[in-house]
Amino acid sequence: MLTTTTADHRLYGPGGSAAPEQVTGSQAIIRSLEELGVTDVFGIPGGAILPTYDPLMDSEKLNHILVRHEQGAGHAAQGYAMATGEVGVCFATSGPGATNLVTPLADAHMDSVPMVAITGQVNASVIGTDAFQEADIVGIATPITKHTYLVTDADEIPRVMAEAFHIASSGRPGPVLVDITKSAQTAQTTFAWPPKLGLTGYKPVTRGHARQVREAAKLIAASQRPVFYLGGGVIKADACTEFAALAETVGAPVVTTLMARGAFPDSHPQNVGMPGMHGKVSAVAALQQSDLLITLGARFDDRVTGQLDTFAPEAKVIHADIDPAEISKNRHADVPIVGSLKEIIPELNNAVAETFAKHQRPDLEPWWQRLNRLVETYPLGWTTPEDGAIAPQQVIQQLSKASGPEAVYVAGVGQHQMWAAQFVGYERPRQWLNSGGLGTMGYSVPAAMGAQVGNPDRTVWAIDGDGCFQMTNQELATCAINNIPIKVAVINNSSLGMVRQWQTLFYESRYSNTDLNTALNPSGEEVVRIPDFVKLAEAYGCVGLRCEREEDIDSVIAQALEINDRPVVIDFVVSRDSMVWPMVPAGVSNSDIQVARNMTPEWDEEE
Amino acid sequence: MAPTPADGVARRTLSVLVEDVPGVLAKVAGLFARRAFNIHSLAVGPSEIAGLSRITVVVDADARLLEQITKQLNKLINVIKIIELEPGNSVQREHLVIKVKADAAARLQVTQAVELFRAKIVDVSTDSLTVEATGAADKLDALLSVLEPFGVREIVRSGSLAISRGSKSMTEKISAEKSFK
Repeated sequence: MLTTTTADHRLYGPGGSAAPEQVTGSQAIIRSLEELGVTDVFGIPGGAILPTYDPLMDSEKLNHILVRHEQGAGHAAQGYAMATGEVGVCFATSGPGATNLVTPLADAHMDSVPMVAITGQVNASVIGTDAFQEADIVGIATPITKHTYLVTDADEIPRVMAEAFHIASSGRPGPVLVDITKSAQTAQTTFAWPPKLGLTGYKPVTRGHARQVREAAKLIAASQRPVFYLGGGVIKADACTEFAALAETVGAPVVTTLMARGAFPDSHPQNVGMPGMHGKVSAVAALQQSDLLITLGARFDDRVTGQLDTFAPEAKVIHADIDPAEISKNRHADVPIVGSLKEIIPELNNAVAETFAKHQRPDLEPWWQRLNRLVETYPLGWTTPEDGAIAPQQVIQQLSKASGPEAVYVAGVGQHQMWAAQFVGYERPRQWLNSGGLGTMGYSVPAAMGAQVGNPDRTVWAIDGDGCFQMTNQELATCAINNIPIKVAVINNSSLGMVRQWQTLFYESRYSNTDLNTALNPSGEEVVRIPDFVKLAEAYGCVGLRCEREEDIDSVIAQALEINDRPVVIDFVVSRDSMVWPMVPAGVSNSDIQVARNMTPEWDEEE
Repeated sequence: MAPTPADGVARRTLSVLVEDVPGVLAKVAGLFARRAFNIHSLAVGPSEIAGLSRITVVVDADARLLEQITKQLNKLINVIKIIELEPGNSVQREHLVIKVKADAAARLQVTQAVELFRAKIVDVSTDSLTVEATGAADKLDALLSVLEPFGVREIVRSGSLAISRGSKSMTEKISAEKSFK
């Protein structure tokens, strides 16, 4: 919502200065947001934020989108932020309004999403008395945010707002909660811009240490089996172009984690895929068999490393990240580089080029031969479902082909998320949004709504599951009323698919509480459809479509792509027995990856 | 990097300079809880700079965990500076107040123990004495073990306070910078 996308985060927004004027605290909130360049806010009013909704009505610069649930406002702010790179903003009232933001805040914290949540709080004089709709949201949100503020004095509002935006968007981005008492909102104050910031204790390091960069270049020049382990930080730092240059200088394989899909084009021959629990064999092996992990903006998450003490056992580690606390948190870094990837990557590129010129460029041919064999032998794929239903992977692959890389793809959490990560072709950063760290079911529809608001000219697909969709589909009303024409592809296997997959694999196919009856009854014979997603879509003023046969997939997608004046929901009824492969079962070594049930790849003899 | 004895688990002391704003102690304490870092003791009070408080926190940690604790604390916006105070080059003191049973028969022995430890009697009743002592944690532990046989009714300890030896100040670069009021 700031009008700049440069890495140089503006402290005070694009507006110049504003002369002092007498206003209420609420007006100061609105004026601050305007000065900060915010254009879109997602929220719902309630008692303790009511004073601020009044001047909001008069603002010509702020477009407020009235959501149906605060969780929707939070995820929409996240989707907006992830799709545009700007700070997402949401409003909620005190008590339950604020606690409904807990999940999006935790989600944004895990995935380093820049957002500012502004909540109303009860009058300062009654804080601590268990007043109506009082909740200690600062206390609740502190462990799941980058920072929190409780504002009881209207004079502090401009400074706190500017600080909140600066903290949210700089360094390692994250969510900031600003809780403002109703009494501060109604008090008189003087508004002037820009305010004077405090933040003595906040100085993110951006410049990487030159000696460490040279050390990294030396390791790269000495490595026989290097691999770029790329995380979401590369996208957050807006350093994808810089990275592409480095990748080509080094010539090493690149793996893009779940959060980094699109940071480096899938079509590039150096991209060997997504690593991790459901990673591609070539990507998992590239990490596992490497002698040097060039880790950029990634955090050695357990879904990537598998059993940590057997992860990439022969590899040295270069770890560049803006957050010093990520360095050597899970895996010891031989060469740590703290700073902004936007600055580090070009410097590393120069250092590598110099080192290559001075010494010899390592011969990566044997390494590539080994990996290319895996790329060819173990491509991503699927088996045709035995029940005759559509293969969910096929839906997603055709969706990607029809919509292309200029569209935005937003997943929920579960099997459909993994298939969307695997079978959509990612070519650009911010093409792919999902809840990676927290794994929030229900993320997709509201986040897609936010992404569509931030990117009105792009096609935005929410690729959702039937379980996830039922958690947040109330925002279809918001989309329909506000002309936010997202497209929802419900990958409907009538069950909590990922949980069911684990039950199949690890609980002897005992399907405890995973049937959802959204397409089939538990015996799989009779169609029940509670709810009927097509009728549900229509009830919300959206277009509802259903696809149950493979031969109809393309035409239904084409039909959805034609509609741009309202949201579309497609109920893709798919096989419930399809499973996500490959898979590294939780807690085992990545070397034990299975390409299909009980099938492990044949590694080279020398390995 | 091979682990050395110095890297092993030990009691370690951090001095944390924080902005004195509402909720800052909760943020620091909450961080320890959330990251499953064990606090041995924590003491907080104002520093020599108005608007800044100083927290002395003692943890049981190895070098790697201590580094992680320090980094995570540094991420808190209200944390201004953190230093580790090693026992060799810092003064570490704790305050103890103890109420011990002391009838006429035991009184003399208790008083002698108190004198031996250079502690002080600060309250007297017919069957008890209240003793205060300041010192390093091990000295206070020794005093306690001497007094325990008489019967301890109440103990209250401040947690460790620590400061570096020599003339250097943790805040010397900060005080010139700005006011925190």
